[in-house]
Amino acid sequence: MELLSGGDILIRALKDAGVKDVWGYPGGAALHIYDALYRQDDVFHILVRHEQAAVHAADGFSRATGEVGTALVTSGPGATNAITGIATAFMDSIPMVVISGQVPLSKIGQDAFQETDMVGVSRPIVKHSFLVTRAEDIAETIAKAYYIAATGRPGPVVVDIPKDVTDPSHKVPYHWPAEVRMRSYQPTDKGHRGQIKRAVKTLINAKRPVIYTGGGIVIDNASEQLIALAKKFNYPVTNTLMGLGGFPGTDSQYVGMLGMHGTYEANTAMHHADVIFAVGARFDDRVTNDLEKFCPHATIIHIDVDPTSVSKNIEAHIPIVGTCTSVLTEMLAIADQMDDKPDAEAIAEWWQQIDQWRADKGIYTASRYEPSAGTCIKPQDVIKMLYKITNGEAIVTSDVGQHQMFAAQYYLFDKPRTWINSGGLGTMGFGLPAAMGCKRAFPDTDVACVTGEGSIQMCIQELSTCTQHNLPVKIINLNNAALGMVRQWQDMNYSSRYSESVYEDSLPDFVKLAEAYGHVGMKITHIDELEEKMRECFAMKDRTVFMDICVDRSEHVYPMQMPGGSMRDLWLNKTERT
Amino acid sequence: MKRILSILLENEAGALSRVVGLFSQRGYNIDTLTVAPTDDDTLSRLTLTTQGDDQMAEQIVKQLHKLIDTIKVVDLTEGAHIERELMLVKLKAADNDIRAEVKSCVEIFRGTIVDVTPNTYTVQLAGDSEKLDAFIEAVREIGIMEVVRSGVSGISRGDKFLRV
Repeated sequence: MELLSGGDILIRALKDAGVKDVWGYPGGAALHIYDALYRQDDVFHILVRHEQAAVHAADGFSRATGEVGTALVTSGPGATNAITGIATAFMDSIPMVVISGQVPLSKIGQDAFQETDMVGVSRPIVKHSFLVTRAEDIAETIAKAYYIAATGRPGPVVVDIPKDVTDPSHKVPYHWPAEVRMRSYQPTDKGHRGQIKRAVKTLINAKRPVIYTGGGIVIDNASEQLIALAKKFNYPVTNTLMGLGGFPGTDSQYVGMLGMHGTYEANTAMHHADVIFAVGARFDDRVTNDLEKFCPHATIIHIDVDPTSVSKNIEAHIPIVGTCTSVLTEMLAIADQMDDKPDAEAIAEWWQQIDQWRADKGIYTASRYEPSAGTCIKPQDVIKMLYKITNGEAIVTSDVGQHQMFAAQYYLFDKPRTWINSGGLGTMGFGLPAAMGCKRAFPDTDVACVTGEGSIQMCIQELSTCTQHNLPVKIINLNNAALGMVRQWQDMNYSSRYSESVYEDSLPDFVKLAEAYGHVGMKITHIDELEEKMRECFAMKDRTVFMDICVDRSEHVYPMQMPGGSMRDLWLNKTERT
Repeated sequence: MKRILSILLENEAGALSRVVGLFSQRGYNIDTLTVAPTDDDTLSRLTLTTQGDDQMAEQIVKQLHKLIDTIKVVDLTEGAHIERELMLVKLKAADNDIRAEVKSCVEIFRGTIVDVTPNTYTVQLAGDSEKLDAFIEAVREIGIMEVVRSGVSGISRGDKFLRV
């Protein structure tokens, strides 16, 4: 049997786990590993400028491809810098393995240089973690880590490896396990058949149904089954922020996103629904608004692969634990065999009602904001222009804030894995590194990072990574010179006292900054130049372009749910409410 | 209501901290916790007591089950079960009247005096938590120097058992 050092075993195990790219940053405790990386060509390493970005990039890669992302960091500050990225992936159930160097075993607990208890620090924000204490255990641990990360409800797994375990002078046999079996971890796949039958019956008998789907559809690649089921029944579909693209955004059965900044028609339909069919969604507080007032007439059918998500916030009448794909497939098969069909008359009436809501107050049937004029560029119009110029086919990443909501509302995602955002944790700084991960996965696809001047500055150093590794992403900076969403809340709840949400004159010249990194910078201050400049931007296929677009500072994101209300209690603009 | 949860866990480094961490992270309380390896030393058996209504108990059980190291979780309070807790109490017992009173109390509660000095008695007592509470109340006036309780260990009655 071949003898290898721990460092070589780790890299070989990554290769055997199917890893092609590792995003990372070297440091003392990881140097044996980095030396092993240097001596091979199977696993490619991309050097970032900050560990947080390594994890976000691996995360973006994973969201765009469905594969497990991989990040590699050193001990101490390297590990703690990775924490925000790990928490981001954890909240959105993204499969990922984060390998961290650790001080040598003999130094653990001695407050050694760059020592942090990574397993301890990361414990509440990982699906699982390992501290590897023997070179012999590395391959099996890596196999387990990738298996755990990708199966069941996916999530990040941390593998912490002390420096002496990767010592090049200590060589042990390499063995890659053919399969992983764990007696303590056997995720549920198939749902309970009796429950699935009940769900189909309930769904068919519905008069005012809504299909409410979340990130689970995207993560489990269940779009095809979802579309088939929705089409079969002709029921309205709404997606959560994490579920966008799971059902085509341009389909007539799509009623828009639901929740805090969801459409009037989606939120109102949810409120009046008699059956809510929740698939891969978790009744997050940004969806439900006040739980006491949530959908008073609805029978809730809930499919989720994670039993803890079922009946956590909202009691499900028909809970089904299983993967979206397997349960939806089974539901389709059962529905095919059933003689019962949905009540066409009731459904037609329901659609008539929904179409009325759309026509009255929907954001897709008419423009519900003041149009852009001259130097007053509306952020919504920038997103619409982005959609037009990329034919709706770009991968769009976003940061967190108003721009994120405008992108979610106005870029109609037709395919899953094209909308990449930090929905659960809401991590500013996510957009640019995530875009790098997407671009690396799909070099021939346009990748746009919709961001704001607040968020982009949280990971702006990654412009340098784009240069080094030729990652020509397009940065669409909706620059309102303020922390827009904070400002919006201050407008609505704090009598416009803008506490620490404005930058005064401190913002950098983003054009010069982009140029300093070797990229193209553009500044747009007039609506008339937007289209031409944006076309120019996307025509430069091999360049990273930073579009600094000065948008209307006073614009708010609407609709917006009112605190303490039901789903349908919305502000529709600054003066009108439901 | 009081819940007694029985958990079978991989006997791995960090497994216990994941269980304990889960409780603080999700805002649940741990009243007592006992843990030791089983006859199979790759497995640990935990008994944990907490408070909660049915919905909370269900969520706690599901969350515990979700931990990768957890093999089985049972809410013992859902069925017939036996709970036992061990207690050691050191009492001031310097004069004969008090020594006699302690001895009779210990007899009533079916405890044992396991250590004697001219000034103290150390009493060992096993039983359910209510019995131990009652003993403490009975001897409180006498003068308790120290109380050590193991926390609850539990097992279901009858044919049911928790094993891999």
